[in-house]
Amino acid sequence: MATATAQSGHHDAHASHTPSFFARWFLSTNHKDIGTLYLLFAFCAGIIGAFLSFGIRMEMEEPGLQYFSNPGTYNVFVTGHGLIMVFFMVMPALIGGFGNWFVPLMIGAPDMAFPRMNNISFWLTVAGFASLVCSLFVEGAPGTSGAGTGWTVYPPLSTSGHPGPSVDFAIFALHLSGAGSILGAINFITTILNMRAPGMTLHKMPLFAWAELVTAFLLLLSLPVLAGAITMLLTDRNFGTTFFDPAGGGDPVLYQHLFWFFGHPEVYIMILPAFGIVSHIISTFSRKPVFGYLAMAYAMVAIGVVGFVVWAHHMYTVGLSLQTQSYFVFATMVIAVPTGVKIFSWIATMWGGSIRFTAAMHWAVGFIFLFTVGGVTGVVLANSAVDKYLHDTYYVVAHFHYVLSLGAVFIIFAGVYYWFPKMTGYVIPEWAGKLHFWLAFIGANILFFPMHFLGLAGMPRRYADYPEAFAGWHKVSTWGGHIFALGMVVFFIGVVLAFRSKVRAADNPWGEGATTLEWTLSSPPPFHQFETLPTIVDDHGH
Amino acid sequence: MTDMPTKRSSTPNRKASVTALACAGLAVGMVGLAFASAPLYDMFCKATGYDGTPRVGLAPTQVAVDDSMVVHFDTNVASTLPWRFVAETPKIEARLGETKTVFFRVKNTGTTPSTGIATYNVQPGLMGSFFVKIQCFCFNEQTLQPGETMDFPVVFYIDPTVRADSNTAHLQELTLSYTYFASKNGQPSAALATTDGKGAKTNF
Repeated sequence: MATATAQSGHHDAHASHTPSFFARWFLSTNHKDIGTLYLLFAFCAGIIGAFLSFGIRMEMEEPGLQYFSNPGTYNVFVTGHGLIMVFFMVMPALIGGFGNWFVPLMIGAPDMAFPRMNNISFWLTVAGFASLVCSLFVEGAPGTSGAGTGWTVYPPLSTSGHPGPSVDFAIFALHLSGAGSILGAINFITTILNMRAPGMTLHKMPLFAWAELVTAFLLLLSLPVLAGAITMLLTDRNFGTTFFDPAGGGDPVLYQHLFWFFGHPEVYIMILPAFGIVSHIISTFSRKPVFGYLAMAYAMVAIGVVGFVVWAHHMYTVGLSLQTQSYFVFATMVIAVPTGVKIFSWIATMWGGSIRFTAAMHWAVGFIFLFTVGGVTGVVLANSAVDKYLHDTYYVVAHFHYVLSLGAVFIIFAGVYYWFPKMTGYVIPEWAGKLHFWLAFIGANILFFPMHFLGLAGMPRRYADYPEAFAGWHKVSTWGGHIFALGMVVFFIGVVLAFRSKVRAADNPWGEGATTLEWTLSSPPPFHQFETLPTIVDDHGH
Repeated sequence: MTDMPTKRSSTPNRKASVTALACAGLAVGMVGLAFASAPLYDMFCKATGYDGTPRVGLAPTQVAVDDSMVVHFDTNVASTLPWRFVAETPKIEARLGETKTVFFRVKNTGTTPSTGIATYNVQPGLMGSFFVKIQCFCFNEQTLQPGETMDFPVVFYIDPTVRADSNTAHLQELTLSYTYFASKNGQPSAALATTDGKGAKTNF
């Protein structure tokens, strides 16, 4: 990549001027403050989402109904867990949080292109979350509070199956957070395309900025389709339209097409920023520029493009013709190629490098292993003939938790351990990060790996009860959940220790491997940075 | 002298606005496409027989060959309509390309006149493009007086090219399914109660 020639750590009076508490945090237009807000919001939402998953895992520990008298409420927990983790934890953390914090810093921009729109994006996301929390407490299915539709909100379960207002609240939650994400995407694209420092061409831009650029385009193209689909759902529910109701000539399968046209790019929206972060961490702690920089950037573009034409692999069971299925099997498997390029390049970056196993590096390497496991089961599920057997079983649950819960979430923690010194100026003790990693790595594998066996044996998703035969692995899985939760406790202890011990972080705590522009600034960076734009020269490092 | 900085700062701003507007246009366009997909999908299904939508056509072009399929008939009535609806026979054997006529008997068991229209589908869904209807009561709505009984015909044939498609070459039977819904202006409506408001909307 490239290095800055001009240090921009100038501390003029303007840079250190900060507004009052209310103006700073509630009317914020500063990309770093908004990033911090997004991260705090994501962690709060993540804790609520984690408690819901804890409810799921406690119930599944043994056959029979232990904690939920009503299986519908169990499905409300499943739905809430899915929606919160996707829209209010992973996306705000990786895009709103790290994206807002580090895209302007990495490209040498003073702030985002539209700072006030940035503020609107954040508060729309918060409003969406409030609406989702409301949906948990109003009636959904008759006699049950909350929406038990799954995060996919398929009709007719979400229309005639949930006459109460709960699903309407959930739809509004998606509308609001979707609007926030679209505005955020416009902001990222405009910033990255127009506000790079002099000399930073797109082909010298750090991979995290590339990742956010591709993600923003995916958001811009896919989220409006979800907005359209759930608006049709809303009018079907409330205003007598029949977009998805056969009674009026509609077709529920159309909803599935629209949902997955959004839903599949959505999984790349969640993982691409993580790809960007892991590239920087691996490169930093191997003290080498990332292997195959251009291939890495264009692999993300390829994943984004192909991600739009594979959606029906979520719908092999709706009666597609053999030719259609063959196409979707093939297109889905094609995605394994650019993904393989990335995995290969990360390993090649480490190869021959001067590797330091810091906490962040632990998480990044753990991510590569776990994401590869999830990727392999993804290729298994891409086969339509296999998928018809495994559709809606725990095998699918295991697959997407390996790529998301152990992929995206591991990199959220990796990003926290990597950038915490930069963001706060304090240092989380390395032992806490490493202990957290090992608890999470072991816990998550014990939690999710047995789900493959359960799924292959026929255990379906979204059921509160199951036959005795599945009891063994469910019990093991719940133990894994407890270990993972213990890791979270270590994480919070680490963060508290960092703020209490007040060990100051160096401007560049990671040494010569950390070459991106954020490390040229102070830790934490000044309130306003790059008033004199840094100039980028090619260091011939790749 | 003072012009230069102003110009320099205004150019990126205008470029940024253009980028942002283009992005916003893209987002609005995608919303439009999402809504356009509903009628487009409908047209697509009718044109291709996708997802079990039978084709509507004229008389068969090919003469019957010595190959046949069993056609099962499935009849349903939405709970909002007080009608009884049965096929004259549960199934028939139809030679490929042979035009067949089957009658369906509908009776209004309610106390008021009511209007209904039938939606239709064939299963397996892949048979949709080979099942051709020449005439069907489901093309129009029907109004029945209290206690009135009517026989409605369906004229159809199975396109012999069904054997040329590897997806359907092996199939020996299919099901033609109808569901009567209460009708309003020729459009089916599940939510529509019977005219006097007796039939309440039911949640199932």
